[in-house]
Amino acid sequence: MKHIISLLLENESGALSRVAGLFSARGYNIESLTVAPTEDETLSRMTIVTTGSDEIIEQITKQLNKLVDVVKLIDLTEGAHIEREMMLIKVATDGAEQRGEIKRLADIFRGGIVDVTDASYTIQLTGDSDKLDAFISAVSNMNILETVRSGVLGISRGEKGLHL
Amino acid sequence: MELSGAEILVRFLKDEGVEHIFGYPGGAVLHIYDALYTQDDVKHILVRHEQGATHAADGYARATGKPGVVLVTSGPGATNAITGIATAYMDSIPMVVITGQVPTAVIGSDAFQEVDSIGITRPCVKHNFLVKSVDEMAETLKKAFYVATTGRPGPVVVDIPKDITDPNVKVPYTYPETIDMRSYNPVMKGHSGQIKKAVDMILEAKRPMIYTGGGVVLGNASEQLTEFTRTLGYPITQTLMGLGSYPATDKQFIGMLGMHGTYEANMAMHECDTLIAIGARFDDRVTGKIAEFCPNAKIVHVDIDPASISKTVKVDIPIVGDVATVLDEMLQILKSSKTRPDAAALANWWENIEKWRGENCLRYDRNSALIKPQYVVEKLWEVTNGDAIVASDVGQHQMFAAQYYKFDKPNKWLNSGGLGTMGFGLPAGMGAKLAYPDQDVAVVTGEASIQMCIQELGTATQYDLPVKVINLNKRYMGMVRQWQEFFYESRYSHSYMDAIPDFVQLAESYGHVGMRIEKPEDVEGALKEAFAMKDRLVFMDFITDQEENVYPMVAAGKGHHEMHLASDRELA
Ligand SMILES: Cc1cc2nc3c(=O)[nH]c(=O)nc-3n(C[C@H](O)[C@H](O)[C@H](O)COP(=O)(O)OP(=O)(O)OC[C@H]3O[C@@H](n4cnc5c(N)ncnc54)[C@H](O)[C@@H]3O)c2cc1C
Ligand SMILES: Cc1ncc(C[n+]2csc(CCOP(=O)(O)OP(=O)(O)O)c2C)c(N)n1
Repeated sequence: MKHIISLLLENESGALSRVAGLFSARGYNIESLTVAPTEDETLSRMTIVTTGSDEIIEQITKQLNKLVDVVKLIDLTEGAHIEREMMLIKVATDGAEQRGEIKRLADIFRGGIVDVTDASYTIQLTGDSDKLDAFISAVSNMNILETVRSGVLGISRGEKGLHL
Repeated sequence: MELSGAEILVRFLKDEGVEHIFGYPGGAVLHIYDALYTQDDVKHILVRHEQGATHAADGYARATGKPGVVLVTSGPGATNAITGIATAYMDSIPMVVITGQVPTAVIGSDAFQEVDSIGITRPCVKHNFLVKSVDEMAETLKKAFYVATTGRPGPVVVDIPKDITDPNVKVPYTYPETIDMRSYNPVMKGHSGQIKKAVDMILEAKRPMIYTGGGVVLGNASEQLTEFTRTLGYPITQTLMGLGSYPATDKQFIGMLGMHGTYEANMAMHECDTLIAIGARFDDRVTGKIAEFCPNAKIVHVDIDPASISKTVKVDIPIVGDVATVLDEMLQILKSSKTRPDAAALANWWENIEKWRGENCLRYDRNSALIKPQYVVEKLWEVTNGDAIVASDVGQHQMFAAQYYKFDKPNKWLNSGGLGTMGFGLPAGMGAKLAYPDQDVAVVTGEASIQMCIQELGTATQYDLPVKVINLNKRYMGMVRQWQEFFYESRYSHSYMDAIPDFVQLAESYGHVGMRIEKPEDVEGALKEAFAMKDRLVFMDFITDQEENVYPMVAAGKGHHEMHLASDRELA
């Protein structure tokens, strides 16, 4: 099953490689990993999307907690949470009809066109990963030039959450 | 007090109570060596190879419970230390390894003797630090010692670029008495509700089994374990790493378990209904085939590292905490509880165990005209009154030492269990001898293992570390040959060593005493003679039966009840 694990870690140079190294050394899956500093500049917040049986997820969280740079951790999938990912996708446009089609699709998905040339549109889209996947398949009959995705960010709903 | 980075390092070690460090100089650490030169509070042991430094510091740590300290240069100094760091990591041994690094300004430029020590050591340390400014030196060192010695112990590397130790840059120094790390707070006290539940379950057992490991040695809890075990009257088995933390000569001890464990221990594991696991990590050499591990048992597991719990075997009552603290609490509950173990069921259970014990699984041919390695270890035990520190290398001799030297006290048995590092024994024994000059230290080894760190015989001469080397010389890499005999139809592919040196002459050329023993009747006399030479390193080359095997054996991936015992042919 898919899990979204959120962690606060010391904002130190080696911290990211400790986490990445742990996943590769122990053979755990990473679907996506994002990291950036928080409002407290001594802390980074990382979101990892991973998959595995309950036993594996239990080991992953324990092993992550064991890293000296990890301050705190939660598995967001254990409770109500919000999941967001951003995508920029560049599609080749061929004539007015196709341009109209892409614009309509972008509207339906509440995306925006953020760059336009004679031959391409770049669409910005935010949502959960399934929504982004759905958009990709909606435009799959067209010529997709590039896609770039941020990886998943997550936060739990309500007052509960990940803070010191 | 204003000090340079190098002076801070040396002064810090003194303030931290470090008496000995093991090291080897080189460009990146020369400022540090210069600071060592002008003092004698911290004594430096110059090894012959950085691997030797790490194993010696490790042996020192295993024998004393204090962290071992190593100092090596950048590049090849650091890479040579890796094997020893990984060895300590696998067995959770507290160690602080200081590696020199190229100057900050050239890091990342493939400078002379530059390696990414932080990157290379990351997977085999508990944590590592790069010192980025001389102002951080003392605090970083304090963190390193704190992390290495608390919680589940382990090696910590501190990488120090050369400019940080510049003798011309001086900053104020005060010894940091304490340190606070928000991201690192090991749990000591176990959850009281869980402990209570565990004791209830333990008291209900009909066929109980206590299984303990290195955590009891590391957590300094053998007193508590002994009282706990005696109070309950239950059988106890230990892993290779746990030996000594319960007296092996006691009736309730039924031997080591696992691949080369005793018949009675493994059978009792298979048949028990309640398993009390304490400071042990369910290693695959212990569990064998997971699906057949303790098939009928409910399991309590006490461990300081949550990640050790339910890693390979799902447990019923997990308790995260320090063994000594948790056992103290369990003992208190046991003492005030009115419930007693079920005496009738226990008597029945012991009857079964005695039947298995009657199998006498550690028997071997005592009438052989050849020296049996088991016999040498038995005699070693007798001659040293069971009280020596025994450091071992890796192979059959390691198993024979574990099976036939009955350790009654903890911190006496030093061996590489997790990584299985050949070359560990001699330097580890020397580290222990340095800490305890008045105790007998035996290094049990084989002719292959000893050659992996044999250069340390020179260190032993220089620093007067008179260990006794018990070389069980089979002219085969015995453990490899045994697997080839069992699983590859005796095709002994590259497990025979030709051109073995004359160990007697080799020892003598280093200034030691060498002995060659070729007949069983000479074994005891030679051992007595060697141990009587208190101030000499004696290298005893025992020419043993070439094709002896270690029994019992549970083949990898088999269940505990599928043990291989010595056949009558082999006993004839
Ligand atoms: C050739 C060879 C053959 C081997 N055959 C066998 C064999 O037959 N049988 C066998 O047992 N082993 C054998 N081993 C060793 C095996 O590989 C493992 O190293 C060993 O079984 C692990 O022992 P352990 O479970 O006690 O764990 P250790 O590695 O000693 O780990 C200690 C555990 O205790 C915990 N701990 C540490 N401090 C504390 C504390 N204060 N409080 C609570 N918990 C703490 C740690 O978190 C860890 O989980 C063999 C090795 C070799 C090289
Ligand atoms: C550094 C290292 N290389 C290889 C091995 C694999 N290995 C395990 S036991 C063994 C043979 C050891 O031979 P010896 O030291 O003579 O001991 P014996 O088994 O004969 O008692 C080998 C090669 C190892 N454990 N460590």
